[in-house]
Amino acid sequence: MMRGNDVIGILFAYVHEERVRELTENRVMASIPFGGRYRLVDFALSNLVNSGVNKVGVITEQNYQSLMDHLGSGKSWNLSRKREGLYLLPPFGADTNRTEGLVASLASIHRFLKNSKEEYVLLSNCDTVSNIDYRDVFRFHTDKNADITVIYRHGTSPDTDRNVVYTVDPEGFVRDMLIKRGSDVNCNYGFGKCIMRRQMLMDMVEDCMSRNLYDFDRDVLQRNLKDLRIFAYECTSAAYTITSFHSFFEANMALMDPKVRAQLFLPDRPVYTKVRDDMPAKYGLGSSVTNSIVADGCVIDGEVENCVIFRGVKVHKGAKLQNCVIMQDCVVGEDCRLDYVVADKNVIFDAGRKMAGYQSYPVYVGKGSRV
Amino acid sequence: MLPKQEVVAMLLAGGQGSRLGVLTKNLAKPAVPFGGKYRIIDFPLSNCVNSGIETVGVLTQYQPLELNEYIGSGQPWDLDSMDAGVHVLPPYQKSKGSDWYKGTANAITQNIPFIERYNPEYVVVLSGDHIYKMDYAKMIAFHKEKEAAVTIAVQQVPMAEASRFGILNTNEDDSIYEFDEKPKQPKNDLANMGIYVFTWEKLRKFLLADEEDPDSDNDFGKNVLPAMLNAGEKMFAYRFEGYWKDVGTIDSLWEANMDLLDPNVPLDLGDPDWRIYSRNPVMPPHYIAKGAHVQNSLIAEGCNVYGDMEFSILFAGVYVAPGAEVMSSIIMPGARIEEGAKVQYAIVAEDAVVGAGAVVGMKPEEMEDKDKWGVAVVGPKAHVAPGGCVAPQEMLDAEEGVK
Repeated sequence: MMRGNDVIGILFAYVHEERVRELTENRVMASIPFGGRYRLVDFALSNLVNSGVNKVGVITEQNYQSLMDHLGSGKSWNLSRKREGLYLLPPFGADTNRTEGLVASLASIHRFLKNSKEEYVLLSNCDTVSNIDYRDVFRFHTDKNADITVIYRHGTSPDTDRNVVYTVDPEGFVRDMLIKRGSDVNCNYGFGKCIMRRQMLMDMVEDCMSRNLYDFDRDVLQRNLKDLRIFAYECTSAAYTITSFHSFFEANMALMDPKVRAQLFLPDRPVYTKVRDDMPAKYGLGSSVTNSIVADGCVIDGEVENCVIFRGVKVHKGAKLQNCVIMQDCVVGEDCRLDYVVADKNVIFDAGRKMAGYQSYPVYVGKGSRV
Repeated sequence: MLPKQEVVAMLLAGGQGSRLGVLTKNLAKPAVPFGGKYRIIDFPLSNCVNSGIETVGVLTQYQPLELNEYIGSGQPWDLDSMDAGVHVLPPYQKSKGSDWYKGTANAITQNIPFIERYNPEYVVVLSGDHIYKMDYAKMIAFHKEKEAAVTIAVQQVPMAEASRFGILNTNEDDSIYEFDEKPKQPKNDLANMGIYVFTWEKLRKFLLADEEDPDSDNDFGKNVLPAMLNAGEKMFAYRFEGYWKDVGTIDSLWEANMDLLDPNVPLDLGDPDWRIYSRNPVMPPHYIAKGAHVQNSLIAEGCNVYGDMEFSILFAGVYVAPGAEVMSSIIMPGARIEEGAKVQYAIVAEDAVVGAGAVVGMKPEEMEDKDKWGVAVVGPKAHVAPGGCVAPQEMLDAEEGVK
């Protein structure tokens, strides 16, 4: 069984942020707002905490102020503890060059790994919205006597040309692994989560560094396919990897489906986030809201349809929003018309503004803009 | 010795709140949910923090379990600092006998050792059953300026209603010369709000004297304050203008909730400069489905609304099924309103279920006998059977079985 103090969680806060340039201009991948009140890191962290992991290191590269502000001491995730808890691992010293690849990042936290006592590490990116019980993955890992267990999903891949695709036999053994594989058909795609022994990870990272090998998928996993017992665990519940601005939009829209919400927001494995002490959302007379997700602190006097409305948004009378993602504290003025718009935090739409994108190409309005 | 605190607040949270019936059967009154995400005690606690009072004693006695759990370390209100913070103070055994809190004054007397640890100049005594936003710092400044022994917050009420309140008769300078409890013929319109600032040295003296008196009820209103007045201590009324409501009855609790939906009522919970803090539920944002109809309502996290609702308040995690109607009602955390159910002018408590097609409460205008109208209440965890009915003024208790 997975005992909390046997596993450290390592989160890569920055991985793949080049894929969503719009949203990561001023923040890291992990702090991209999602689903009305969350940041992507909330899902990665809550999965760990709900699985009993109480020591988590978060590796950052740059632009991590918003992430630090969000995480604080880790209190909201129950990670502000005397023993273990949350460790932010920003770059340290001149020899840290995390842009080279994950292996270099892991090499740069060598001391953190070495000083830990836990037997296992669980590595995870922060670009996926999911609710996975890692205790099941860990049981699978030990049952199979695996050296490394990766997590995958079966289906059409979220990204058609930058996937890791596994060939898995009925036992779960990884026969083959293809990197940056284009695939339009159903396949077993990975989403950047794996479990292994801490010592093994440290040894492999050291070996790779001395050979100038920095790519985790290629040099740690693929290079060892023949020598190690690498298994793959299938995640069957909802999971959305944010691979592009468009997939970010689609993942938000997917929350309107009660089945998706039921798989992501489980009462016994809740998704934790920073508390804001907003009042409940207020709906005015004459407002009209259908098929939408609305967070605390909103004041809705206009019309809202198929939207995700984050905390503290004001929608004034006569405004009409359809198919939008409106982030924290935006103000939509009277008689605005917005269709397929993604507004980042603190955007102000003056009265009467009209803006429209298309389902395949939602319009993005940058943080703090005034339209 | 702890660092000195100029002000210590003592919050009276021990009352049974019997007038709230099933709502307080297993719950202390200050822990009763209010306003979609709060509990009543969030208001005095947040007022303390926002007024700069960092040491608060909460005097509990009746059904303290949920209240204690809710207050916890005080972290949601920032009341978990090293040398101050919020402390739950139940009655306890002493080497020379032990006793329940006999009265409001006795509750403070029993906790003199707690107060003395902070060596305060002033002690603020608050009730745990009022909804209001008030800067106690201003009242304390007034108290200092008047060099009073006690300052009592008052609110002007219409003369016609004055006989329902404890009225303070005052001189021109707002000094108090008489207490008039629910007077038949009121001479003044200043109602006691149950918020007191005491100079600690004076209060301590009168509390100890009151304790010696075997005939005393050990109550502030009945005994201690009149004794201070008789002794010629300086007592002042501090006029408070703003929203204030005692929520000690089902009707007033319902009204105070409905006030939140009235734009003309000056109680803004969204004010960033005077936030009301609370323990936040860990739930996703709420979902309003296609075909749902929501008008003039407050909705908290985790709700799923498929039916129609107007002039209502949904607490966290409430489910309103397709075809259900919720009107002028308060639905507390985790409750379910099933398909086709009709809930009007009602309070549905935590985790209660209103079955399909059931009817709870009624509009006053639809009643033939207006005197029989009142808010209908479905108690915590109670089930209204499909097609069942809870009449106005009725209270359904979970232990009375399925209705």
